[in-house]
Amino acid sequence: MQDEVKQTPLRAQHEAIGARMMAFAGWNMPVQYRGIREEHEAVRTRVGIFDISHMGQFFVEGPAVGQWLDTVLTNHANALEPGRGQYTLMCNEKGGVIDDLIIYRTSADAFFLVVNASMIDTDLQWLQQHCPQDITLRDESVNWAGMAVQGPESAALYAKLFDGTEPPARNGIAEITSDGDTCLVCRTGYTGEDGFEFFCPAASGGKWWQCFLDGGAEPCGLGARDTLRLEASYPLNGNDLSPERTPIEAGLKFAVKFDKGDFIGRDVLAEQVENGPAVRLAGFKMTGKTAPPRAHYPVLHQGEVVGEIASGTLSPTLGEGIGMGYLPTALAAPGTPLEIDVRGRRFPAETVKKPFYKRGS
Amino acid sequence: MSQIPNDLKFATSHEWVRIEGDVAVVGVSDHAQEEMTDVVFVELPEVGRTVAAGEAVAVVECVKAASDIYSPVSGEIVDANGALEGDPSLINSEPYAGGWIYKIKLSDPSEADAMMDASAYAGHIGQ
Repeated sequence: MQDEVKQTPLRAQHEAIGARMMAFAGWNMPVQYRGIREEHEAVRTRVGIFDISHMGQFFVEGPAVGQWLDTVLTNHANALEPGRGQYTLMCNEKGGVIDDLIIYRTSADAFFLVVNASMIDTDLQWLQQHCPQDITLRDESVNWAGMAVQGPESAALYAKLFDGTEPPARNGIAEITSDGDTCLVCRTGYTGEDGFEFFCPAASGGKWWQCFLDGGAEPCGLGARDTLRLEASYPLNGNDLSPERTPIEAGLKFAVKFDKGDFIGRDVLAEQVENGPAVRLAGFKMTGKTAPPRAHYPVLHQGEVVGEIASGTLSPTLGEGIGMGYLPTALAAPGTPLEIDVRGRRFPAETVKKPFYKRGS
Repeated sequence: MSQIPNDLKFATSHEWVRIEGDVAVVGVSDHAQEEMTDVVFVELPEVGRTVAAGEAVAVVECVKAASDIYSPVSGEIVDANGALEGDPSLINSEPYAGGWIYKIKLSDPSEADAMMDASAYAGHIGQ
């Protein structure tokens, strides 16, 4: 199952416009079209579109489904009104992160979950293992094509394509029917800009992709998706999140709710909130002109290795090297001088407040 | 179509050399810079270092990844292109001119003779 590279329903569209494809999370995905910097800038200043068909879509239904999700996820699922969504985490018993995901309540007794591509099988197994008999859990990942339309002009593009309507409010979801397709529109994203994610039947994916391109969205690959999300300090599971790290250590306390009852990992997370975690996912910037910081480079403080880079890149918006890494809490506060070891050479860096980029700044 | 000047020799790993007497100027091909796109940093070799053919001598970094540059020929590094420290994108804009990376005094000129000529390199990149 892991050996076969999966193909997105938009493969022909990518190849037709000269995308450079690469393997990501078991999928053959576009990494860039014209160049990461150009695509990055399109999203920061205009509107870009990403193929996110590799991501997983689960539908969960049944009586008291909100209460059940609250036992397997950290945020407060049952507090959501129909049509609303939230960022949340699935943790193991040690409070470590299995996956981060976005869930939407589509009705009183139904939720739509969008999970990371690499975690579809793991998440499904974990949820099935904890799922009561009267709740149905369907993995519909192969049935859906997904596109993230992101950038300051995304809502205008939506209005242009869908009869002057607005996409749902931030973190909201709406089901729309257009050109014979029933589609899901979610006002969310992974870029730090306004935008929406659009899910449609896989067979109609190419049509809708072309429709957004014709409307003015510029195609963007996973390369720009990574630089954009890192500027906004959004974690990437596998880099910044892992079963050995908790949401509290990762700085995601906002997505952990303790007043909703018991949930998997709660005791560990509550203890960390009470006493403070030993390590924190800190943001840092390179302080001079340096090689781009990259994942796994050692991080030093006063000559001692104190951690390694979880995610790093040269920020196209800021023109500086930026990154995140788990550091002892005492060093994670902004202003701590660090050094990054790049192939044996040490370059100066400094911890900074996250995010690196905020919309409108 | 990427450019492949006729007066250069090419390595399978996409470096080019231009022979100037007993010195070779080394850079990366137009095809290679297109593949890398957006060069953001170049780690230059140390002048005076003696290298063997096939040794990694420099690193060219784009936003997404770092690529090693392998010296196609043996000898002593006699110059490195300091202009790339200020403007690494010269590798993208002028791969065969302002984007040169280093100069090396050849210890075995026959190594350069054995490299691909322009037409062989065109075949190598399927052009």
